[in-house]
Amino acid sequence: MNTILKTSIGRKIAMALSAFFLMFFLLMHLTINLLSVFSPDAFNTASHFMGTNPLIQFIMQPILIFGVLFHFVMGFVLELKNRKATAVKYVKNNGAANASWMSRNMIYSGIAILAFIVLHFKQFWMHEINYKYIAHETPNATRYYEELVKVFENPITVAVYVIAFIFLALHLLHGFKSAFQSMGIPAIRKKTFETCGKIYAIGVPAGFIIVALYHYFNQ
Amino acid sequence: MNLTLQIWRQKGPNDKGQMVDYKVNDISEHMSFLEMIDVLNEQLVASGDEPVAFDHDCREGICGMCSMYINGEAHGPDRGITTCQLHMRMFNDGDTITIEPFRAAAFPVIKDLVVDRTAFERIQQAGGFISVNTSGNTQDANALPISKHDADEAMDAATCIGCGACVATCKNSSAMLFVGAKVSQYALLPQGQIEATDRAANMVAQMDLEGFGNCTNTGACEVECPKGISLTNIARLNRELMKAACKS
Ligand code: SF4
Ligand code: FES
Repeated sequence: MNTILKTSIGRKIAMALSAFFLMFFLLMHLTINLLSVFSPDAFNTASHFMGTNPLIQFIMQPILIFGVLFHFVMGFVLELKNRKATAVKYVKNNGAANASWMSRNMIYSGIAILAFIVLHFKQFWMHEINYKYIAHETPNATRYYEELVKVFENPITVAVYVIAFIFLALHLLHGFKSAFQSMGIPAIRKKTFETCGKIYAIGVPAGFIIVALYHYFNQ
Repeated sequence: MNLTLQIWRQKGPNDKGQMVDYKVNDISEHMSFLEMIDVLNEQLVASGDEPVAFDHDCREGICGMCSMYINGEAHGPDRGITTCQLHMRMFNDGDTITIEPFRAAAFPVIKDLVVDRTAFERIQQAGGFISVNTSGNTQDANALPISKHDADEAMDAATCIGCGACVATCKNSSAMLFVGAKVSQYALLPQGQIEATDRAANMVAQMDLEGFGNCTNTGACEVECPKGISLTNIARLNRELMKAACKS
């Protein structure tokens, strides 16, 4: 097992496993966000549970942070290694002739997503940590919906949010099928599987965008 | 047709190299791309210049020697072919065609368009074979029944000619399609099972050692491969390596 991680394929598999984990997390996150559109109460309950349950706070959250960091660090490591392997560039290269824009620019869509995550951490996560563990404010199980609505009052926040999720969609349009291919799952070559990938890659970011727009226009 | 060629000229491995413009006239559309280069070279020799060095051998798409990155694509704009099978009818009168060597840190330029692809041979030597006793008691081939499906897939993988177009075209200079094909042709057959674990592990280790990049599944290799080797071979290679890691 140790040796496999030192190989190029081992790194590729590690990248895919962290991607699966993050894709699962995205689905969960979206489900909770969508609750805010249908029922503020349900959204508050779910958020309060996620924010106070020790299992989620002290086990799932660190695993998630590790997963995010791992995926990014590994992504950069692979990019650097690949730049070394392609030391001399072609004078003329027609990359679009044989591969999609998304697949050729994962590092850039990835960097855009990273920038957004930093912002997102600042906006939501740091606030939570401060509220709960630093300022020790009194727990309030109904504050989440109001806080969410307040964030989406700002048109600039909403615009940044929309752009970030477009980058996420671009990243997933290649990433979803790439992760399955890396795991050696042959079904990925089937048309139905590819369609599922597209539905996920466009549907999930679109869901996040709809939530943001809903709250902005619903003020 | 009359053409302008922009060709990479490099005197030797340590020369910096540069693109040089040439004109060739009266090229027939029935010529192959290599015949067109022959015309240019005759022209260069006649005028006392150094001809363009390029790799070629069979000139019928089976040896994999002819390389060349033409107009930004390995083996030029056509699909499922090598450079020797590329016809001049793919181009138009007055076109400017860029011709570069296959690029990858693991494929250093020797001269002009000739690159060193012996890294592929070293990968093969690391495990791309089966050990067969040839002492005279070899088993009858028909004694081991193999399903048609597996035989076909193994044969498809075995059609890889080791040309290196997959590496040249990959934005990461990854050799996964080549190694995937070479591992698959045995992974699908009973004869390949005995050395399966070592084969996958050793060939991948050698591939990494040679300085090929990491595959990010762009799929460009499969599009440019003259033999239609598919990405399923890379998926199989990934599975074979996982199996090898679990066994060891
Ligand atoms: S896989 Fe295709 S492109 Fe790569 S070396 Fe084999 S024949 Fe050439
Ligand atoms: S010269 Fe043999 S494949 Fe082109």
